[in-house]
Amino acid sequence: MAEQPRYKTTDEVDFVIIGSGAAGGVLAKELSANGFRVVVLEQGPYLTEADFTHNEVEILKRCQLTNHPELQPTTFRKTPQDKAKRHRGFVYGRMVGGSSVHFTANYWRFHEIDFIERSKVGPVPGAALADWPITYPDLEPYYTKVEWEIGVSGLAGASPFDPPRSKPYPMPPLPVKSSGVIFERAARKLGWHPFPAPMAILSQPRPGRSACVQCGFCESFGCEVGAKSSTLATVIRTAEKTGRCEIRPNCYVHRIEINANGRVIGAAYFDKNRVTHLQKAKAVVVCANGAETPRLLLLSASKQFPGGLANSSGLVGKYLMMNSGPSAIAVFEHPLNDYKGYCVSRVLHDFHELDYRKVGFCGGGGLDARFDLTPIEFFVLNTNGYAGLPPGTPLWGKKFKNTMAHIYTRCMEIVGHGTSLPVESNSFSLDPDLKDAWGLPALRMTYRDHPDDLKLGTFLHDRIMELLDVMNPVQKWASPVEEQDFAYHLLGTCRMGNDPKTSVINADHRAHDVKNLFLCDGSSLVTSGRGQPTLTISALAYRAADRITNLARRSEI
Amino acid sequence: MNESLSRRHFLSRGITGFSAVWASAHWPALVAAATHAHQAAKSAAPPKFEFFTTDEAREVEALAARIIPSDDTPGASEAGVVYFIDRGLTTFAVADQKTYREGLPELQARVTEMFPGVSKFSALTPDQQDEVLHSFDDPSQQGQSQRRFQSRPGAGNLFETVRQHTIMGFLIDPDFGGNRDGVGWKVIGREREHMFKPPFGYYDKDYPGWEAVAKEAEKK
Repeated sequence: MAEQPRYKTTDEVDFVIIGSGAAGGVLAKELSANGFRVVVLEQGPYLTEADFTHNEVEILKRCQLTNHPELQPTTFRKTPQDKAKRHRGFVYGRMVGGSSVHFTANYWRFHEIDFIERSKVGPVPGAALADWPITYPDLEPYYTKVEWEIGVSGLAGASPFDPPRSKPYPMPPLPVKSSGVIFERAARKLGWHPFPAPMAILSQPRPGRSACVQCGFCESFGCEVGAKSSTLATVIRTAEKTGRCEIRPNCYVHRIEINANGRVIGAAYFDKNRVTHLQKAKAVVVCANGAETPRLLLLSASKQFPGGLANSSGLVGKYLMMNSGPSAIAVFEHPLNDYKGYCVSRVLHDFHELDYRKVGFCGGGGLDARFDLTPIEFFVLNTNGYAGLPPGTPLWGKKFKNTMAHIYTRCMEIVGHGTSLPVESNSFSLDPDLKDAWGLPALRMTYRDHPDDLKLGTFLHDRIMELLDVMNPVQKWASPVEEQDFAYHLLGTCRMGNDPKTSVINADHRAHDVKNLFLCDGSSLVTSGRGQPTLTISALAYRAADRITNLARRSEI
Repeated sequence: MNESLSRRHFLSRGITGFSAVWASAHWPALVAAATHAHQAAKSAAPPKFEFFTTDEAREVEALAARIIPSDDTPGASEAGVVYFIDRGLTTFAVADQKTYREGLPELQARVTEMFPGVSKFSALTPDQQDEVLHSFDDPSQQGQSQRRFQSRPGAGNLFETVRQHTIMGFLIDPDFGGNRDGVGWKVIGREREHMFKPPFGYYDKDYPGWEAVAKEAEKK
């Protein structure tokens, strides 16, 4: 095996990639395999399977694997007229492998409609809905490539609403859970089409990786046996084997430097000891996620780019989308023991594409059957809401204990996932007052759901209630449909497009304004899909790597 | 603190249950993980308190025992929650030290106010203790059910802080310094294994396997 190279910061490598998640990891592998010299700068630590645990306090309370609300505080407001207040508005994976390490591993493709919805439904008041510069057929080969290279479990053809695919999944679905059986039976009674959830979790072993051992700690945790197909467990290891890719952890990039010609010359970062370095590179690819990518461009404002790097459109940070969806919990007579195993075993997409004129809103969504609450999360680690407990349950004492004893093994969740429309004022910007632990301006999140998103939320809530009626549980309750102030998905904030006035990057992921700067992650998305964006982010990264490789080989960077 | 068995079960079963190729490829990493967990467990519950005085520990233990009482099944006391909290206050919950140091005298003041002549919470009967605790109830916290991570749990309120720490100490993986002997998991019905196999529960045990809807319709 080739050793990881150690490049000097003064070495002008071919590419610096900022971030090593669902996009950065893929680009690191593809570009280094294509012969380029690559340095990946990752703000988080380099952890491996041996470091991952089921320690809920370390991971959920102390944020071992994520952005940290004390070191990286953020603010939130609903509209640009409001004064933002300190609030933890989003979470992302902060380690080598990024959010692909701690995510639930739901792995839906976007459908054809997601790329052309603007043409299909026309303008939507209050939203800057746009077609993508690419279509589903452009991305299909890359969806397939992701599924086969990293390992995705699923059953092709099981959902009649699936878009066309060139190959089946590389391995069968994971075993069904009790929640999936209950969901499947009820949905079929309603004439709907539940199907085995496509998951980026191995149902069969691969070299150096175990099949899923059903430990029950997927969401928010790193996989101890390499069964979750994170970029850490897959492409990053391949990248390292090329001998041309250096993964450099604990490097917090705070500025992209340019020269007098407006070309990027490298990335400036703080190392672990907060000493600044400048890694030189012929080109920079930013894959820092839909929050940190726009932040970095805004932090890189200069005389040439006073509004932020690559921001002549003024759209860097705007059109934030985070998907939305209602949820409910149902309690049954017998134990489901859904704490065992991976989270989601059945999904349905019957409401993925709705008739805009009939339902009166733009968008669609899917529903899944899941259980994603570890014991402490279930009973305490959720602020003023007590996620697993029925409303009104006493919060201590004998009755509390009795509820604890009864409910944990007997309940399941149904969660809806749907469209967020792109609204210009929904955005990430630099907070004028608050600084992070490194003295840099904190992220300010501005977000208010588009009215259609809330209508969709109510629509999906009603479908969940229909399902619950058929399931006939002993007890059930739903979260209210309301405006969101928290995101797991960070999308759309440096959108792709052909027109430099209405987008930040082109279809090659090149910044319209800077020839040797590329952006690829959730920020590239033009629409939000219906949820579960990670597969699309990785597929875009495979495609971007092809485009960037071709440009580099033609000396067009 | 008991040794962590679940990891070792996991390791031994990992060899027999999965391909030898995988196990040998991962053996050093798995051993490292298990050693780490074992170290954590060994250092998790020190024989003496690191943060609390003996008196404080007695008060906190009494509080925890009202939050998750012992009855026909184990409660916070049997789970050794007070040790978890003590260790937590010098590690993950350093920020809550003040809440305990300042909150306990306030609690004791409330005790004396309600039961003149008594100065310690732990000296009251369980019913009297409940009466004191109900005087701290926050009705605005009832009846809400939202998904987690919406913001940070509120702190600064002694009872709410003890309540959260007690549940954590009762339910955390026993490898990590609470939930002694896995009693918390026994109470909620969670098996103490590191990996599971289907069928998982009552409703999937007779699942006939995936069938497409069209095929089902043909059968009918």
